[in-house]
Amino acid sequence: MALCCTIVFLYAPIIVLVIFSFNDSRRNVTWHGFTFKYYEKALQNNNLIEAFFNSLSIAFFNTLFSLILGTLTALLLWRFRFSYKSVYEGIILVPIIIPEICIGIALLVFFKLCGWPNDLPWPLNLSKITCAHILFSFPFVAVIIRARLATFNLAQEEAALDLGANHKQIFKNVLFPHLKPALVVSSLLAFTLSLDDFVITFFMSGPETTTVPLKIYSMVRFSVTPEVNAASTILLLITIALAAIAIWIQRSWVQEIEKP
Amino acid sequence: MFLLVPIVIISIFSFSAKQGLVDISASWVLDNYIRAFDPVYLSVFFKSMGIAGLTTSICFLIGFPLAIGIASAPKSWKPILLMIVVLPFWVNLLIRTYALIAVFRTRGFFNFSLEWVANLLGIPFEPLILLYNDAAVILGLVYIHLPFMILPLYAGFEGFNKSLLEAASDLGARQFKIMTAVVLPIMAPSIISGCILVFIPALGSFLTPELLGGPSSQMIANVIERQFLAANDWPFGSALSMTLIYLTFGALALRYFWLRRRYFGSKENRP
Repeated sequence: MALCCTIVFLYAPIIVLVIFSFNDSRRNVTWHGFTFKYYEKALQNNNLIEAFFNSLSIAFFNTLFSLILGTLTALLLWRFRFSYKSVYEGIILVPIIIPEICIGIALLVFFKLCGWPNDLPWPLNLSKITCAHILFSFPFVAVIIRARLATFNLAQEEAALDLGANHKQIFKNVLFPHLKPALVVSSLLAFTLSLDDFVITFFMSGPETTTVPLKIYSMVRFSVTPEVNAASTILLLITIALAAIAIWIQRSWVQEIEKP
Repeated sequence: MFLLVPIVIISIFSFSAKQGLVDISASWVLDNYIRAFDPVYLSVFFKSMGIAGLTTSICFLIGFPLAIGIASAPKSWKPILLMIVVLPFWVNLLIRTYALIAVFRTRGFFNFSLEWVANLLGIPFEPLILLYNDAAVILGLVYIHLPFMILPLYAGFEGFNKSLLEAASDLGARQFKIMTAVVLPIMAPSIISGCILVFIPALGSFLTPELLGGPSSQMIANVIERQFLAANDWPFGSALSMTLIYLTFGALALRYFWLRRRYFGSKENRP
């Protein structure tokens, strides 16, 4: 019973939002018939399209770099012992723990002090936001990869060495296949984190560089219209699709561990 | 060589907050911190902590029975139920907040359904003003952070040995006694984890009070944002946000010491 109520509480607003994005009425409260009008309107909104492409390119570069950085960090922490290792481990977790707003303003100050130029040509004008996104998403990647590395059997590596493989071959043929599910899951996570982030992006963006959440925010402040519902629904579908893929892969990974 | 790059990047980033503080004021003055303890800002801090605390308690009150429910559900149901709880977590924060606005605004669906019910019963109806006050902020925060509370509690109940309950009731304990003397002490670590996971993000939340709150329900994050973007007083904003970071770490440290005391305490108590 309590479960049902909570599920209704959690889902009803979202479902209502999605349903009413098809509503043929500006006032948005009563049902006036099914329409795709507001999707068309949202898709013809050039600002929104631009924001959408900005979001996608930021998410893409963020995924790429945080994957590289996160994997290297995880390998470093897994493979080597060095002094202050626990301190380093703690520092990596800092972006996950401290409030987003603090990261946002810290980066704002940081970029201002470096004198990071604002008016760069296209992919580079997004570099500030992308750097910020990499900062908060690569710890997640590192944590996931590290968990996967913990299940790696070192005897496999020794066996490969005995069979005459060099380090490059070991990485390519032994370690990489083992890490693959974790790499896929963490890249999906990094992509979603970047696509969804509002607070940090809010402090990084300029007039030329809006992302979808920022655009939706400014639309929400302006008014509640079905167009916002439509834009939100599109973003929602993308995120849920990515999440579903991630969960599906993770499940096959868990089954693989449980098998032997 | 390239393994050093992440370390360098992180150390630059992790110190940038402090650098900003020093470089702008160019001296080690405490003025900004003293100003942060001005009654006006102190009340904002207390208010934020109050809102975060209330959010945490409400999340706990909802999440606790729910976690028990999921943990005692049939095995084939568990992944589905968990999935249902976690899925909203993947939905954009902004979209969820916006959905709440659409439902609870004065001419929104909630009032609309109330009006419909009232009309059926023939009662005159005044739309309730549900948004833009502290209650709306708390509602929004509970809505957003509930999964954070349910997951650790669920993990705790999964490891809970259910024969302890039977043993307690065989020994004649009543329901309430079982709850306070058996369940709560065993569950305490996961309860604390859940509370921390809700309290910290709720304390630093920016979007929810910005969109759902009225002018009087500003939380500390909104004040920080205004110092940076509107008032342009960066050193003071930095001082405020450093205080927020200290509070966060304070909450974490409390948990750490509590767990350590508990751990060592139980060791000493053993014969």
